[in-house]
Amino acid sequence: MTATGEAIDRRGFSLAQYVICLEGIVWREALRFIHQRERFVSALVRPLVWLFIFAAGFRQVLGVSIIPPYQTYVLYEVYITPGLIAMIQLFNGMQSSLTMVYDRETGGMRTLLVSPFPRWWLLTSKLLAGTLVSVLQAYVFLLIAWFWEIEAPPLGYLALLPALLLSGFMLGALGMLISSLIKQLENFAGVMNFVIFPMFFASSALYPLWRVKESSLLLYYICELNPFTHATELIRFALYEQINWVSLGVVLGCTMVFLFGAILAYDPARGFLARRAGPAS
Amino acid sequence: MKPFELTDTSALEIDHVSHRYGARVALDDVSLTVRQSSFTVLLGLNGAGKSTLFSLITRLYAIRSGQIRIFGHNVANEPGAALSKLGVVFQSRALDIDISVRQNLMYHAALHGIASKRARELIAQVLDRVAMTDRSLDRVGNLSIGQMRRIEIARALLHQPRLLLLDEPTVGLDIKARGDILDHVRRLTTVEGIGVLWATHLIDEAGAGDDVVVLHKGRVLAHGALGEVVGGSGGSDLRDAFNRLTGAADQDELESAR
Repeated sequence: MTATGEAIDRRGFSLAQYVICLEGIVWREALRFIHQRERFVSALVRPLVWLFIFAAGFRQVLGVSIIPPYQTYVLYEVYITPGLIAMIQLFNGMQSSLTMVYDRETGGMRTLLVSPFPRWWLLTSKLLAGTLVSVLQAYVFLLIAWFWEIEAPPLGYLALLPALLLSGFMLGALGMLISSLIKQLENFAGVMNFVIFPMFFASSALYPLWRVKESSLLLYYICELNPFTHATELIRFALYEQINWVSLGVVLGCTMVFLFGAILAYDPARGFLARRAGPAS
Repeated sequence: MKPFELTDTSALEIDHVSHRYGARVALDDVSLTVRQSSFTVLLGLNGAGKSTLFSLITRLYAIRSGQIRIFGHNVANEPGAALSKLGVVFQSRALDIDISVRQNLMYHAALHGIASKRARELIAQVLDRVAMTDRSLDRVGNLSIGQMRRIEIARALLHQPRLLLLDEPTVGLDIKARGDILDHVRRLTTVEGIGVLWATHLIDEAGAGDDVVVLHKGRVLAHGALGEVVGGSGGSDLRDAFNRLTGAADQDELESAR
């Protein structure tokens, strides 16, 4: 009937159309973000509470010795800042996963999945959109932290960007995978208890792992195996203009596995969606 | 208005499709066709399998047995080509209420790879078609349910599909809004040649000249022009025919259970 109709008939979309689709999904996420400012503010308040209150309280208790990437003794606030950035991304990833469950119930997710673009592209675009929001949140947090005299080298802020994109993508993909497993819009508490808290506490976000090792070797290994530890370390090293290769490898690997899993889970032929007990109605 | 060409291909062909959720059979060997330029009413009570059927056509669930073709494109093998010809109005709200009508439609255009210049032209067309041009900058949350439904239809028509699926589109509407929506969609079949599959449990939404499919407990009990379905059942009108067909089916079920 029209040019667009015929173009699609001749099999597939052009690269430019893939980009249009991606832009549209990112743009919608940006609009949603602008309209839900409370969500943004509450996402910022959480790490700031940790920074201003928790870190201040523990400052005298926990001294942090010189460990890479730091070259001097650092204050506890400085130590936990990268961990709090990773926490922002963790919450963001889990929250967008819950929006997907919510979207699935309202029809927003259906609208997305009925798009003729391949599903892996739709899901990757959605992940990227969520990641960009978390990157913005992380930088706003760092700006506030800067006034609290937590300053990284100027180039560190730039080096942080790719690290944030990668860790945001990993945590978002994990959230997406979890969202495919959640049947209904359950409360956030379940995800909090079983995903967010264990991941956050069994990691290097709040304490260096050598301290954990002193108290429990088993816990130390668990922390080392936790992808969240590596997201934190990737961010920590990047902020000081360094690369932690092990963490980079782990985060890259986990991103691939989680993303692949999420795409499989949302694939109608193999996914969990079809195995559910049918539509909500 | 543009003249439309009719080819032999059906807009939608559902060929021996079955689907089960665990042990519960939701669809049992369902076959039906929606002709181009036709208004087909899929009539069934709640739980008849209408929503499952829609989820299969839109590829939300995988088709385990049987085939679904949209203008000859198999949904399982060529989802891109099939879905690009399909517009859907879901039972649940699919619009984002925080943003404007136009922003919602722009998002939908992007999901179909339509560049923004072309998208603006198309948005103007579809809004005009549902008589909502003056509301394009309004927040969706400020619209009435009837107006939202019209925007949902505009959204479904934006990428110029040749087949339109509507799942209980008049739920929650008053009589006037219901009539308006029905008129709008009927006009699409006659003026633009779009094939429509209209799922409902409201018998009076089927009119003379429509095709009717009676779906009951996952099985197609009757399929054909309204007159044929009524005549075939020996009923006096569609309501009577529906009651006779579903009553007989329930009776059979009871007897076979004994």
